Amino acid sequence: MTVTTKQPVLSAKGIRKTFGRVVGLDGVDLDVFPGEVLAIIGDNGAGKSTLIQCLTGALVPDEGTLELDGKRVSFRRPQDAKDMGIETVYQSLAMSPALDIASNMFLGREIRKAGPLGSVLRMLDRKAMREKSMAAVQQLGIRTIQNPGQRVETLSGGQRQAIAVARAAAFGSKLVLLDEPTAALGVRESGLVLDAIRALRDRGLPVILISHNMPHVWEIADRIHIQRLGRRAGVITPSSHDMTEGVAIMTGAKTLDTGKE
Amino acid sequence: MTSTKKAASPALRAQHFLHENPWVSPLVLLVLSVAVFTLLNPAFAQPRAISLLLQQTAVVAALAVGQTLIILTGGIDLSVGAAAILGCMSSALLASQHGLPAPAAIAVGILIGALCGLLNGALVSRLKLPPFIVTLGTLSVFTAITLMLTGGSTVQGRDMPEAMTAAGTRIPFLGLDLNVGILVVGLVYLAVGFALGFTAWGRRVYAVGDAPEAARLAGISVSRVLLSVYIVAGIIYGIAAWVLIGRAGAASPNGIVDANLASITAVVIGGTSLFGGRGGVVGTVLGALIVQSFAIGLTLAGLDDEYRVLAVGILVIAAVAADQWIRKVRT
Ligand SMILES: Nc1ncnc2c1ncn2[C@@H]1O[C@H](COP(=O)(O)OP(=O)(O)O)[C@@H](O)[C@H]1O
Ligand SMILES: [Mg+2]
Repeated sequence: MTVTTKQPVLSAKGIRKTFGRVVGLDGVDLDVFPGEVLAIIGDNGAGKSTLIQCLTGALVPDEGTLELDGKRVSFRRPQDAKDMGIETVYQSLAMSPALDIASNMFLGREIRKAGPLGSVLRMLDRKAMREKSMAAVQQLGIRTIQNPGQRVETLSGGQRQAIAVARAAAFGSKLVLLDEPTAALGVRESGLVLDAIRALRDRGLPVILISHNMPHVWEIADRIHIQRLGRRAGVITPSSHDMTEGVAIMTGAKTLDTGKE
Repeated sequence: MTSTKKAASPALRAQHFLHENPWVSPLVLLVLSVAVFTLLNPAFAQPRAISLLLQQTAVVAALAVGQTLIILTGGIDLSVGAAAILGCMSSALLASQHGLPAPAAIAVGILIGALCGLLNGALVSRLKLPPFIVTLGTLSVFTAITLMLTGGSTVQGRDMPEAMTAAGTRIPFLGLDLNVGILVVGLVYLAVGFALGFTAWGRRVYAVGDAPEAARLAGISVSRVLLSVYIVAGIIYGIAAWVLIGRAGAASPNGIVDANLASITAVVIGGTSLFGGRGGVVGTVLGALIVQSFAIGLTLAGLDDEYRVLAVGILVIAAVAADQWIRKVRT
């Protein structure tokens, strides 16, 4: 693919983020191009989660710049990125366990009833939210979730993860980021998430996927950003390097010539 | 992975059921206490005692609505009584000594309640100070301002326009002796119950109390929600202040000394979790009725007031313990 000639959808330069004395990110560049799946791999603590949080307004970087479609942007809060069509599955999943599935799906973008009940009394259209939630879940192919009125705390970790993925897939219109979205999923559900990622890519949406599952990454990614010790160790593709080489770069056993992608 | 469909023991099923329906335990408790107090003294079930129960519960029940909202966000309001009294005394003074028409004076009382809430809310949401400390501080501040304004003296009902005490106006209903204040408090419950259960704001209040970081990541402005909750609570305190003037037939700086404890007790007995995110106003009105039914029931049973204090103390601890147990459902 000749994606690199296109303009990146999102381009991050020199992102730095520290937590007190801990350096989470030490000047990271990242580009994601239209219609590609960019995987991010790296050891625990390499800064993967911090990186995508800096791309989505969940964290505000200390230094560095973000460009969306070539225009400078600055996300001060998650809503800023959402407003631009960027949806994220955070590693923490960002769900309120006490609320039901539909309320979580539509948290922050609730649907109101039509007419004065909605405009004057601001009444929620629970039916619409439940139906749309079910549609989003079914779109993903998840069959273990039947009742959108069920509270999230009664769901298994895998079911919660599926809901979070369904939410991001349903609302993402520019870019979707997923931080270890299959960690709690079984083989079948993981496969569904991978299918969902392919479907997003087929719609032309770029996807950033953090995963520890190397076979998944090599199966689905167009390019692989390797994160190591708060820096980008390099960017490879599944055809340029095999898994063993990728893991070697990730752990520092092997280095990649910088500047070359 | 954990699943709800695992072979559930009866205890586990009960735990789940109570977790889903936090108002059930206070309802059972209320029914039980009514039954026991009626057995002890049949006068308890008479319209007279029931009317008294409702009249005496109204003010605390109203304050407890504001307290419920704040506790749902994981906070607590120790300044509730002080804010209500500040609103109450300000409007009474304006109406009695400065000749302000009653509707305007009542509106100022509500506004002052809202400002008290705004102050608490700003300190909690913007400066991120713990609600316990903030409201402990404003409890003193509001009390001191009230004393400065009034010099500690009471404003008698006859010195105020009639509308100031209109909340005490009797409304006979099905043999019961209700009043305007009870009606107003009922409306407050309906409004807040609706807002919590059926609007986006309500969903967000629960989300912020339950999982503030998740709410933030979902794009909710946590500090805006918190601020709105404290302001709404303050408005409700202002309304409660007017109900209080009607109930007492006067405005006294010592009108509701134990309002903070009484309101927190009602909320907690009503099944709302002190950790936030779980509960609601249905439980709270039941909780307020339970506390007051103990007061009346024990008196009718010939026991002294210290037994009521003892019973309420035990109830609160039992309610918090029950909440801890119920919350263990969470994985
Ligand atoms: N909120 C935080 N406070 C303090 N340190 C943090 C915080 N978030 C991440 N870190 C630190 O930043 C580094 C990168 O973490 P993270 O991005 O979560 O890594 P990864 O997702 O690659 O496992 C780690 O050393 C981690 O301890
Ligand atoms: Mg991580």
